[in-house]
Amino acid sequence: MIFIHEILKTFLKWRSYIGIIAIGVIVPLIEIGFKIEGGSISRMAMRGFSRDFLLFGNMFNAYFVTEFLMNSLWVHIPFLITLVAGDMLAGEATGGTFRLLLTRPVSRTRILFLKYLVALSYTAILVIFMAVLSLGLGLWLFGTGDLIVPGKITVILPASVVPMRLLLAFTLSIWSMWCVASLAFLFSSLVENAIGPIIASMAVIIVFILVSTIPLSLFESVKPFLFTTYFNFWQQAMEEPIPWDSIGRSAAIIGAYSCAMTGAAWLVFVRKDILS
Amino acid sequence: MPSTLSGSSEVILRTVDLRKQFGSRLAVRDLNLDVHRGEIFGFLGPNGAGKSTTIRMILSLIRPSGGYVEIFGRRLEDHRSAILRKVGGLVESADFYLYLSARRNLEIVASLYGGLEKHTVDHALELVGLTERSDDRVKTFSHGMKQRLGIAQALLSNPELIILDEPTTGLDPQGIVEVRELILSLARDRGITVFLSSHLLSEIEQTASNMAIISRGKLAVQGPVRSLLATTEMVLTVEATPLDAAGKILSEFRSVRELKQLSGRFEMTIDANEVPSLTKLFVERGLEVRALIPRRSLEEYFLNITEEASVDAKGK
Repeated sequence: MIFIHEILKTFLKWRSYIGIIAIGVIVPLIEIGFKIEGGSISRMAMRGFSRDFLLFGNMFNAYFVTEFLMNSLWVHIPFLITLVAGDMLAGEATGGTFRLLLTRPVSRTRILFLKYLVALSYTAILVIFMAVLSLGLGLWLFGTGDLIVPGKITVILPASVVPMRLLLAFTLSIWSMWCVASLAFLFSSLVENAIGPIIASMAVIIVFILVSTIPLSLFESVKPFLFTTYFNFWQQAMEEPIPWDSIGRSAAIIGAYSCAMTGAAWLVFVRKDILS
Repeated sequence: MPSTLSGSSEVILRTVDLRKQFGSRLAVRDLNLDVHRGEIFGFLGPNGAGKSTTIRMILSLIRPSGGYVEIFGRRLEDHRSAILRKVGGLVESADFYLYLSARRNLEIVASLYGGLEKHTVDHALELVGLTERSDDRVKTFSHGMKQRLGIAQALLSNPELIILDEPTTGLDPQGIVEVRELILSLARDRGITVFLSSHLLSEIEQTASNMAIISRGKLAVQGPVRSLLATTEMVLTVEATPLDAAGKILSEFRSVRELKQLSGRFEMTIDANEVPSLTKLFVERGLEVRALIPRRSLEEYFLNITEEASVDAKGK
């Protein structure tokens, strides 16, 4: 019952729909833009090898567009997640409602983990919404076809296997985004203003991404310790063959980060003096 | 008039050497309080005295730096859930989820007790007169309505002990009377022990049977309101003509001390029991008494005590 009320509290807040609305606007906007441009982006992406290979069929399809939109998982979706996850504890402090919750015969640990569960649920809902919208709209606008995944080694996945690969990719991306939610949740336990966790989480993510991606020898030794290094492991779902070992290792590292951050949030929260 | 409600000998809430330190500031210093079952216990202190910090420790919102809280004979830190199941609290202003209805807010609180019967929310709303507005969002409520909702949430679990921190703050006179009546009825009709914190001294004087005064985090005094009042002397202001004759009577009258002549009036300390005799004497001597303003109240006592405690604290 407490969990249901926590869900209700979250989903009856206007703030929680910012992410849904943003995705609901951005995804159709990009897909309609693609439709109007008529595949010029696709041609640009495949420019390198279209000279050497003959391409048949619908290469600019729903799968291609969905895979393209998944790149928003780097910054845009994390930002939308922190809006809610960063508010989970700090919002109660700001509103003074901790006094309503924490003077009851329920342990702080239980309240914390129920709130964390809500933050994870929201994160999953946001990613699933993006997946369903981008794929659904893409199927309607572009239809299906084989998926070309440009990269160091360009992979062409047959249309028959792409749905399962996308399912895997989105599942892995939810796992990645849970790490973002955990980070925002940790910051949320530290402060009494919901803006702080949002800014702090995004600052950490952006700095870590920069360190993870800029090819400087100075950063090389730090990279293995940053969760953002493993952040995009969902992309490995599109490799051929699927590198399960690497995916497993990345998932374990990201999971360990999530656990550590949530554990830290728990330590802070159970000892915290409620002064708001 | 102090309440006639009095508690039993059973101590329901006890703080033992309770202390809280924020950095270098000692907010509560070795506080020892005893609250008995069935009484309304007034917890007085000026702003910043440490009342809310104490209450937050009693309700487990703040961890004590030293000492402990004992409720229903058990240590709070060891039996938190079992104790808080029978305790209701309103700490400072009543804050709620403003975007939710009053009923939804109470349902959220009720869910934290697990297994509360459905009608308890209706009953609590009815008790504070908010049934008709129960489905309105709390953000549309006036301050007084929020305070009443705050009391409703404190009563949800049918508590044996209710802790109210400044429950009348910001209320209009009618609201203050209503809340006061509600507090009195909780103790009188339902046998609930009420721990009432306030800096509105008249509030305590009119409701509490026992009280403690805290100043700078330190207990200044504790005991029955009546006996504490009995130990105080009254400050009396007299306006009478002719002024010279009045001054002569006052300077010769027994038990008048610290007599001061101000512009057109006298102020003095006097034993409360002697005021009728003094009034009679004025009339017998043919003086015209324009005003006789007694300040025999807890307020005077409170001000004295807190001032003394402040001086003590500074001295140390």
